[in-house]
Amino acid sequence: MIAAHLPVLQIVLPLICAPVCMLVRHRDWSWSVALFASWASLAMSWMLLQQVLTTGTVSYALGNWSAPFGIEYRVDLINAYVLLIVSAIGAVVVPFARASVKAEFGTNRVYFFYTSYLLCLTGLLGVTITGDAFNLFVFLEISSLSSYVLIALGRDRRALMASYQYLVMGTIGATFIVIGIGLLYAETGTLNMVDLAERLAHRPSSRTIGAAFAFLVVGISLKLALFPLHLWLPNAYTYAPSMVSAFLAATATKVAVYVLLRFLFSIFKVKLSFGIMPLDNILLVLAVIAMFAASAVAIFQKNLKRMLAYSSVAQIGYMVLGISFANVNGLTACILHLFNHALMKGGMFLALGCIVYRAASVNLDDLAGIGRRMPLTMAAFVVGGLGLIGVPLTVGFISKWYLVLGAMDRGWWPVAVLILLSSLLAVVYVWRVVEVAYFSPVPPNAPAIEEAPPAMLIPTWVLIGASIYFSLDTELSVGVANKAALQLLGGGG
Amino acid sequence: MTGSTAIAFAIGLPLFGTLLVMLNHRYPNIREAITLLTATCLLLIVVGMLPEITSGAQPELILFDMFPGLPIAFKVEPLGMLFALVASGLWLVTSVYSIGYMRANKEERQTRFYAFFAISLSSVMGIAFSANMMTLFVFYEVLTLSTYPLVIHKEDKDAIAGGRTYVGILVFTSVAFLLLGVVWTWFLTGTLDFTPGGILKGKADGPVIGLLLFLYMFGTGKAALMPIHRWLPAAMVAPTPVSALLHAVAVVKAGVFTVIKVIVYIFGVDLLSVTAEANWLIYIAGATIIIASLVALRQDNLKRRLAYSTVSQLAYVIIAAAILTPISVMAAALHIAAHALGKITLFFAAGSIYTAAHKTEISQMNGIGRRMPWTMGAFAIGALSMIGLPPTAGFLSKWYMLHGALDSAQWFPVGIIFLSTLLNTAYFVPIIYRAFLRPEDVVPVHEHGEAPIWIVLALTTTAAGTVLLFFMPGVAFDLAQQLAGAAK
Repeated sequence: MIAAHLPVLQIVLPLICAPVCMLVRHRDWSWSVALFASWASLAMSWMLLQQVLTTGTVSYALGNWSAPFGIEYRVDLINAYVLLIVSAIGAVVVPFARASVKAEFGTNRVYFFYTSYLLCLTGLLGVTITGDAFNLFVFLEISSLSSYVLIALGRDRRALMASYQYLVMGTIGATFIVIGIGLLYAETGTLNMVDLAERLAHRPSSRTIGAAFAFLVVGISLKLALFPLHLWLPNAYTYAPSMVSAFLAATATKVAVYVLLRFLFSIFKVKLSFGIMPLDNILLVLAVIAMFAASAVAIFQKNLKRMLAYSSVAQIGYMVLGISFANVNGLTACILHLFNHALMKGGMFLALGCIVYRAASVNLDDLAGIGRRMPLTMAAFVVGGLGLIGVPLTVGFISKWYLVLGAMDRGWWPVAVLILLSSLLAVVYVWRVVEVAYFSPVPPNAPAIEEAPPAMLIPTWVLIGASIYFSLDTELSVGVANKAALQLLGGGG
Repeated sequence: MTGSTAIAFAIGLPLFGTLLVMLNHRYPNIREAITLLTATCLLLIVVGMLPEITSGAQPELILFDMFPGLPIAFKVEPLGMLFALVASGLWLVTSVYSIGYMRANKEERQTRFYAFFAISLSSVMGIAFSANMMTLFVFYEVLTLSTYPLVIHKEDKDAIAGGRTYVGILVFTSVAFLLLGVVWTWFLTGTLDFTPGGILKGKADGPVIGLLLFLYMFGTGKAALMPIHRWLPAAMVAPTPVSALLHAVAVVKAGVFTVIKVIVYIFGVDLLSVTAEANWLIYIAGATIIIASLVALRQDNLKRRLAYSTVSQLAYVIIAAAILTPISVMAAALHIAAHALGKITLFFAAGSIYTAAHKTEISQMNGIGRRMPWTMGAFAIGALSMIGLPPTAGFLSKWYMLHGALDSAQWFPVGIIFLSTLLNTAYFVPIIYRAFLRPEDVVPVHEHGEAPIWIVLALTTTAAGTVLLFFMPGVAFDLAQQLAGAAK
């Protein structure tokens, strides 16, 4: 019974839990509700993935109104994969949040925090699972609005400004997306994704479709933080509470990449996206600039959260580069990196959360010698950093391998070289942290700092440990990514 | 113990030792005993594999797939066996030496030292036994990272700067060049397995082979081909046991081992001999030999002179492999063993002098041979091996190198070998002369005699080994010959 209704339950459960959180005003009870919702979501995503792997694409008509008039939830391999990523990160981050939020946010009105978090989770899951273009926009707005709230709750006074900046830019992005969807509707008369794909395939290319394409790509790129539309990201990640930075860094942009994949490959299809529109070249140039420029800027950041934010912009560059190749290895690399980067970046932001909890600062100047005082936390950070560099035995290596292969398949040899050179920039900013954390003497008047509590260390190491485990056992991560890539390239979905 | 179990133990045992060392942080004597015990057991396991290898078998161990069709896999072949023997044997000796050195110099952070030493040895075993280029690459990178804490051990400004150069150059070359070469090879051939005769035949034409060779040779930064050699002198900031590890036991040996493996089992000797675009290697190697020797001549710091000597000697191995005849490939393999024994003796001696007399510059070392006869005697033997005179092991490998070059009528390497022998003499003999035949003019800070017994024990063992390898080359010779067979 449950199995038949999994797709809608995946959304309904966190959605219902959000107002429940509001009603349950007590701090720990609202956390428990959030925890239950997150873990239940993870279980459901896992079951959905198994369903899709065994029986193929799952289609669910909401309220039993069939598509194309009713809203359809459609889960194929790429959706199921991204659902798993989002819910897994949620499930790991909420246990962490209990102590972290208490320290960063105070004890007042914590239930608002968990309510917003659950709405954000619902929104992200909804964007991923839906098969209806306008429904996608609705969930996108839900997730965006709640993430503006979450970011604004940061302790630093600049958090409000950062949230406002994100709100303005995010709204522009969402507006572009809805314009694009509107134009598509005007042209084809349908909002269901499968139906859209079919109707677009039979229409000659017109200016309306071209305009829709452009609006959609630009709007989604803004949500994705593709250079040069990434300007909201550094401030948002820096000033948000640690748990929020970890959650958003690991999920929000991944979901936006999924949306791009869905529109480019399932709806517009390869022929239009890369054949008629010169998207491969545009994405290639922007991605390469992102990879180098963002990494270079990261090198000069003293605030570690800001450093990781710029690093994320560079890593998104890698994902988009994979898309620009439009071949199996490139897409596999992109989809795989959604998973791998979520693990690494999520883990590293959680490690920073541990540091904030004890040291109240993430500025490199304040963190001399912290490696000796918080060995497990810094070890997690360093392992995550090695993953960003792409050292073997970390998941970053696996993604890089497929990305370079994708470049070679395309015949773009200089790009293969550029991919490897840009990973060397990560060595510089990671090593800087290593040197300060481990080899700088602790200043004499520094407050005594001890290791973070297990409740925070365990989620951190779950993610970091996963980033090592999945570099050895790639059957799940690469296997599904590969199949999803093939499905997308075949125009399926 | 079957071959595949032995492989697993060889790689896993040092890691287990690391754990035990870390747990015994507060009990130095137990900790040191664990190191010695682990090293002994590793040596026994490796020696235990020998009969199987000499009989021609090649035990395998295949683990999981890292990528579809690319497993982490191990296969023991003659060159790997030779490398593993050298590394495990010298680990035991170096551990003995380290105990003496670290305690006499009252070094800090000794647990970290012994722990990462063991991890490095585990990666060396992984490199030695790797069955494909992916496995080798993984352990190669792990080796770079696990030796970093050893290089920056002292944690002063020079050490951190040296560590940056070390990691910077090695990671840069391995990512920008080696990884590119590995992915390209996979792209061209669909396999990365080490196969006698190579895997690239017919898959790519001349210029691509030449470029691929460039990527592999300069990507293997640990082989210290000029101009990628800068990390070696920079790593001299490390304590002497670490220098010994880097130069003799593990890091540079892993580099030249990779070079030989790639030439014999990825490219294939035959393919390279008919590819004109691959000829540059012999000239670069030759230039490295001479230039490094010239720079060594000008160094007053003993460890720096030894560092440049290593750069030069590594290029011997590369040039021998680049001559591309079975005999020269055999000579290259032999030289791995010969150089390891000779160089480690020299570094032990340098550390011994530092420990006993606190002297680091050659100009301070007049007359020191009378105070430290064992140390300088061992140094003399090591130096003779570098120069290539009997009755030391260095003579054997040089002999076969010349043999191989003359056989194939390649006059350039012959000339290089002669010239460099003269240069080696020029920068080693004066040290021995000063030590024994000049009167002492730089008065030591305090009266001293020989270094502590542990240190002296270690360096006499390796010096003896250098001579022994000349008289009884048995095992090394057999393995090298087997490799030459695979190179035909």
